[in-house]
Amino acid sequence: MTCSLKHAGFGAVAALWAATGLAPLPASAAWEPSRPVEFIIPAGPGGGADIMARTIQGIVTKHNLMSQPMVVINKSGGAGGEGFLDVKNSAGNPHKIIITLSNLFTTPLATGIPFNWKELTPVAMLALDEFVLWVNAEKPYKTAKDYVAAAKAAGGTFKMGGTGSKQEDQIITEAIQKATGAKFIYIPQRGGGAVAVQLVGNHVDSSVNNPNEAIAHWKAGKLKPLCVFDSKAMPYKDEIVNQLSWSSVPTCKSQGLDIEYLMLRGIFMSPGATKDQVDYYIGLFNKVRQTPEWKELMSNGAFNQTFMTGKQYTDWVANEEKRHQQLMKDAGFLHTN
Amino acid sequence: MIEDFSSLFHGFSVAIQPFNIGVMFVGIILGVLIGVLPGLGGANGVAILLPLTFSMSPTSAIIMLSCIYWGALFGGAITSVLFNIPGEPWSVATTFDGHPMAQKGQAGEALTAAFTSSFVGALFAVVMITLVAPLVASFALRFGPAEQFSVYFLAFCSFVGMSKEPPFKTVAAMFIGFALAAVGLDSITGQLRLTFGLESLLNGFDFLIAVIGLFGIGEILLTMEEGLSFKGRLAGINAKVVWETWKQLPRYWVTSLRSCIIGCWMGVSPAGATPASFMSYGIAKRTSRNGANFGKGEIEGVVAPETAAHAAGTAALLPMLSLGVPGSPTAAVLLGGLLIWGLQPGPLLFVEQKEFVWGLIASMYLGNIVGLIVVLTCVPLFAAILRIPFSIIAPIILVICAIGAYTVHNSVFDVVLMMVFGVIGYLLKKCNYPLAPMVLAIVLGDKAEENFRQSLLASQGKLGIFFSNGLVSTIMTLGLIALFWPLISNALARLRTRPAA
Amino acid sequence: MSDHMQGADSAGPSHRAVETGVGIAMAVFALVVIAGSIKAGIGWGSEGPKAGFFPFYVGLVVLACSIVNIVQVRIERTRGDLFANWGQLRQVMAVVIPSAIYVAVIPWTGIYIASAVLIAFFMRRLGNYAWSFLSPIAIGVPLIFFIVFERWFLVPLPKGPVEAWLGY
Repeated sequence: MTCSLKHAGFGAVAALWAATGLAPLPASAAWEPSRPVEFIIPAGPGGGADIMARTIQGIVTKHNLMSQPMVVINKSGGAGGEGFLDVKNSAGNPHKIIITLSNLFTTPLATGIPFNWKELTPVAMLALDEFVLWVNAEKPYKTAKDYVAAAKAAGGTFKMGGTGSKQEDQIITEAIQKATGAKFIYIPQRGGGAVAVQLVGNHVDSSVNNPNEAIAHWKAGKLKPLCVFDSKAMPYKDEIVNQLSWSSVPTCKSQGLDIEYLMLRGIFMSPGATKDQVDYYIGLFNKVRQTPEWKELMSNGAFNQTFMTGKQYTDWVANEEKRHQQLMKDAGFLHTN
Repeated sequence: MIEDFSSLFHGFSVAIQPFNIGVMFVGIILGVLIGVLPGLGGANGVAILLPLTFSMSPTSAIIMLSCIYWGALFGGAITSVLFNIPGEPWSVATTFDGHPMAQKGQAGEALTAAFTSSFVGALFAVVMITLVAPLVASFALRFGPAEQFSVYFLAFCSFVGMSKEPPFKTVAAMFIGFALAAVGLDSITGQLRLTFGLESLLNGFDFLIAVIGLFGIGEILLTMEEGLSFKGRLAGINAKVVWETWKQLPRYWVTSLRSCIIGCWMGVSPAGATPASFMSYGIAKRTSRNGANFGKGEIEGVVAPETAAHAAGTAALLPMLSLGVPGSPTAAVLLGGLLIWGLQPGPLLFVEQKEFVWGLIASMYLGNIVGLIVVLTCVPLFAAILRIPFSIIAPIILVICAIGAYTVHNSVFDVVLMMVFGVIGYLLKKCNYPLAPMVLAIVLGDKAEENFRQSLLASQGKLGIFFSNGLVSTIMTLGLIALFWPLISNALARLRTRPAA
Repeated sequence: MSDHMQGADSAGPSHRAVETGVGIAMAVFALVVIAGSIKAGIGWGSEGPKAGFFPFYVGLVVLACSIVNIVQVRIERTRGDLFANWGQLRQVMAVVIPSAIYVAVIPWTGIYIASAVLIAFFMRRLGNYAWSFLSPIAIGVPLIFFIVFERWFLVPLPKGPVEAWLGY
């Protein structure tokens, strides 16, 4: 009895070895992942970064773009600090990549967590996410001008809902206050979806949701977009509701609100990666960008489809870091104690 | 309405295709496995299988994924009853009476009661979704921060004041829970607190780590002290246990109905399954004739939280589909799945994607029936696990606990924490401190504080916001009644006896 | 194992001492929480309570309760009660110490090897099972976990040099 049990154990080991293809692959010129790739999301499930990462996982699997599986892991603790520190501490592990949002800059600035993006290896910018000023569709304001006038008249009682504290949504709110002189009460929520629902339920007066967080409520006639915080209108012309499309949303600048803010959806990898490894992931994401699923995600979320790699990308991020430092400093959001 | 019913019947005809029934079985079995292993959440299972489902039609795919969700809900009760280890926050209340029942040798009864109650709760919620979906969705919109806070307040109030332990020990335990919940990032000001510069404390104290340590490891240590045996070994394997338990259950129909309503309400609001299970347990304990036996292995104490948790878990899918707000991490991954198939959750999903929505609702009915059949047939098998000698099962439980703690944040520090919590749990239990209020505070403390402060931001510091409309005032008043119930019931009793005297 | 348990049945730490210790530990915990809260700011700012407001009062409540609990234990007349006898505590330590070692070596050996050793140790020490019976369980259980977590659900658990040598 014991003897056969033992054999069963060894049999299982042997079967496992056979099944997993134990023998290491012969080293070839170009680098390829040799074990599952961890895709870290420094944000909770259900948000914009999470949806993008999981869509990428789906695309990679469906189209067989990688020989090894891709595993998506949420590490949202400490406003994403958990995820960034994890990648920072995995130097020399090329099987770990991370998708970023603006908390790449805001989290270390606001909390003092010992982390800077320069400690990671930049891979590529996938897209930029737009921000739109939303109000409840029942409200009488037709344009951003009407809205700002109403907010000023309300004398500091207008409530702005947003994701997180001292992050992108609150930075934009601060910028609106500075540009117009209107005062808002900023109410932080856990995620963009929750913010949109609070706006539908009239618990806040406006929000600066990303397009894909609020599109369903716009379609249903519950919310309406007033303007987009970009230098030019969004290019997507497919009708969404009542002959309106993303392209019919005016820029905030044209409405007298001279504010531009775009959020990075980019990829970084662990420190100390070689050029071969970075090139592999750039190639992978280039393939992802060619798929119909990716194009659909881009048009649903009205993304700005700028793609950058190499020095161009690094320069862009460095520039953006400086801008955030200034914005956070002006708003008094910098970590103090 | 008539049109909706024909859509539902069409949905049934889709769901009952042999391929889809097969998909249901696969989903349920995987879900139960996920529910049993504390290291695997429903989110893992759904996320891993998501890519697999691309080869299927969206309806088959969502049937499979939602069945994993049902299976995980069912499976959570198994470890709670057998080993005092709740794998999910909403299973904590199930341990209070489920595990004592197992210790008395009634593991089969406890599991049957838990599974059956889960099924009843889910069924009630699905019927509600079928009949009043649009109405319910608009109800969910009325919940702003103040209303959310009032729900948590009610959950705390219906649970405190009922423990037998000394009051100062109860309060101390609960407030230690609040303090642990506060560690990490303060979501309102975006600053770190109580981390003392330690990177490991960035994530705060996760409920799962605390509960695996306090309940699971603590239980092993107590068993060791008492001399190496799970009392459950006495349990005979009885194939008729399901039938015999079923004969008892109709007696608790009032508790069951009340728990269904609490669950649906919490699921929609969307406070979720955890406050629902605690609230339901607390109220059942106060109103039941056997209230004094709660915590010692009373079957009603298993029925109440399981019914409410499952009703809430099911009802929570409604705000997810109609508003796009996921109630749990698992639901969030399901949501991601919908998006990949080009289904945009939102108010229009019910109009634009009729076939899909009603197919999903039909699969909720069938998936739960399939789930019940699968788990009930396994009851004797699960109960038999307790017959494995302690010196074999104990190290395996330790390993499972370690894996569970590790996977929460992929950090070995959490495994260390779990061991520390285990020793703390042993000491506190021996010193007569109640652990349940501490766990409740760890689970809901930071959410309650967050909603409280959001409300005060909106009202510019005026506490009046908690009584500013009918809905929030009603819930707050209910909470206050629950808090002072011992005093109120005394006063009522005196009023009643006075005319007689 | 049973022989050294007999002599120790009547002796052990008193309930009073342990309860006092738990109370003091709670008070220390409360002081740490209070200190951390003061650092985070305990005021009531323009935007409602600051980050440390709630934890500060939570800490005060814990401190007050632990003092009450300590005082109550000290004035109670239950001197003779034992918390547990030494034999029982030895049994508890027989789980705590190997588990602590298990947790401590996970970062070096990975979780699978450590688990196999832990299971084998327990079965040998507490159950006196023969090696031929316990080795398949000690090897098989971690192996099943390996297949379930690493292969099926792709949940990466800590791995050590042996797994790395095998290509993971």
